[in-house]
Amino acid sequence: MLLSGVADLMEWGVRGASRTHRVALAWRVGALAAFVALWSLAGGIVEATRPFNPLFLPAPWIVVGALVDLARKGQLWIHVVATLERVVVGFGAAAVVAIALGLLAGQVRGVRNIVEPVVELLRPIPPLAVLPLFIVWVGIGEASKVGFITYATFFPMFVTTVHGVAQIDGRLLRAAQSLGARRRHLFFRVILPAALPDVLTGLRLGVALSFFVIVISEFVGAENGLGYLINDGRNFFLVPQMLGAALLLGLLGYAGNALVRLLERRVLRWQHPR
Amino acid sequence: MTIHVRGLSRAFVAAGRETPALLGIDLEVAEREFVCLLGPSGCGKSTLLNIVAGFLRPSAGDVLVDGRPVTGPGADRGVVFQEYVLFPWLTVAGNVEFGLSLKGTPAAQRRATVARYLDLVGLAAHADKYPVQLSGGMKQRVAIARALANSPAIILMDEPFGALDAQTREVLQDELSRIQRVEHKTVLFVTHSIREAVYLADRVVVMTSAPGRIKQVFTIKLPEVRDRFAPEFTHYESEITRLVKEEVAKVHE
Repeated sequence: MLLSGVADLMEWGVRGASRTHRVALAWRVGALAAFVALWSLAGGIVEATRPFNPLFLPAPWIVVGALVDLARKGQLWIHVVATLERVVVGFGAAAVVAIALGLLAGQVRGVRNIVEPVVELLRPIPPLAVLPLFIVWVGIGEASKVGFITYATFFPMFVTTVHGVAQIDGRLLRAAQSLGARRRHLFFRVILPAALPDVLTGLRLGVALSFFVIVISEFVGAENGLGYLINDGRNFFLVPQMLGAALLLGLLGYAGNALVRLLERRVLRWQHPR
Repeated sequence: MTIHVRGLSRAFVAAGRETPALLGIDLEVAEREFVCLLGPSGCGKSTLLNIVAGFLRPSAGDVLVDGRPVTGPGADRGVVFQEYVLFPWLTVAGNVEFGLSLKGTPAAQRRATVARYLDLVGLAAHADKYPVQLSGGMKQRVAIARALANSPAIILMDEPFGALDAQTREVLQDELSRIQRVEHKTVLFVTHSIREAVYLADRVVVMTSAPGRIKQVFTIKLPEVRDRFAPEFTHYESEITRLVKEEVAKVHE
């Protein structure tokens, strides 16, 4: 997966890469270059021969040009920050609530019996189906967008956290208890570290999902944000702007994922120590 | 510390039926004594150990440690499990100092204790490794060091070498015997290996097949450092083998 590319590259800088690693990386970079080349070729041919309006398939440099243009006017930054702000706040709130509630429900049967059925009922509903409800309830302002991300990303993070706590090997708890661990110790010294791999998986799903749902909520009554840029591009037939915004969303999502991966590598080093 | 098991019984409920696993066990383990519980699989010897550890409740009777009834697990009884059960997110050193750090022992003292016990089990060079990097034998050495470093008076061992290959097993028996000569713990050790029991124990408690009762207790009158090929050793071995065979045969009747 190319997703690990950034972390790989950083490691490369520190340690130097093994041969198999280098070859794999070369293929990845090559594939990426080939894709851009193919796109450029297609865009160039359309531009030159005009079998249809080249507006439909702008070449990469035109897309980048549109972004540079927006950046020069000082607008691009506003949209990127708006989207990022919503994602960070919405996802952050969901992470706090989901992990706290998940840890509690994973340990306390009573809480689990109350929370889980409700979650299982709501979880299969595609989050997009409840976006209109959010708008009816809290209007089309910031609150509904942020709240919507919180709602949508809560589920995967809650479910993985509960799973992480519930699947803990009971013998680890016994071992800790016969070394003198009390309830508080068990939570911080055993349950938390043992559940951490699952919690981090949940975070990764949550990050991906937040970039997935932010776009749609920015389609509806937003004045800024990358989703707004796409929708605005559709209204005014600015295909390069649409593609450019989509590309940026992809890059942001990629960076978010890479961040969580980096965190995973740091705190879960015990799974693959060298 | 002494262990005193009085009139202990334990039943399990399976498929709606109550099946007794242990019946009327009376056993005393003296201070610094090494006692092996020996019996065919399913005789309840691990159940007995788990009750002494405080992981399970007896259905009747009780366990006294130094005269006080056991109500749950505690740091006075260190446990070594068959499947090692190390904390995978902690290094070897981190595992060994786990109990000490719970108690709030100062770091310098912790380091010294960890060094001492890793040295004792021959793992001084592996302090910074994680459990996934260790072989089964090394993991069990860490588990033993972890139990000892917490300085419990009693060590409970549940078939600790059961998952190891024959060679590693004998090496670890040698090491445990050597460690016991230094540490002098009160040890309750569950095994189904007669050879292992005779090699390690001061007394071997032979149990009957389910429901587990005490069939016979052998006092092993052999020197501290034992020779597996000495005639006295093999004498004990064959005598206990005969007894255990009767029990195994009962299971198959």
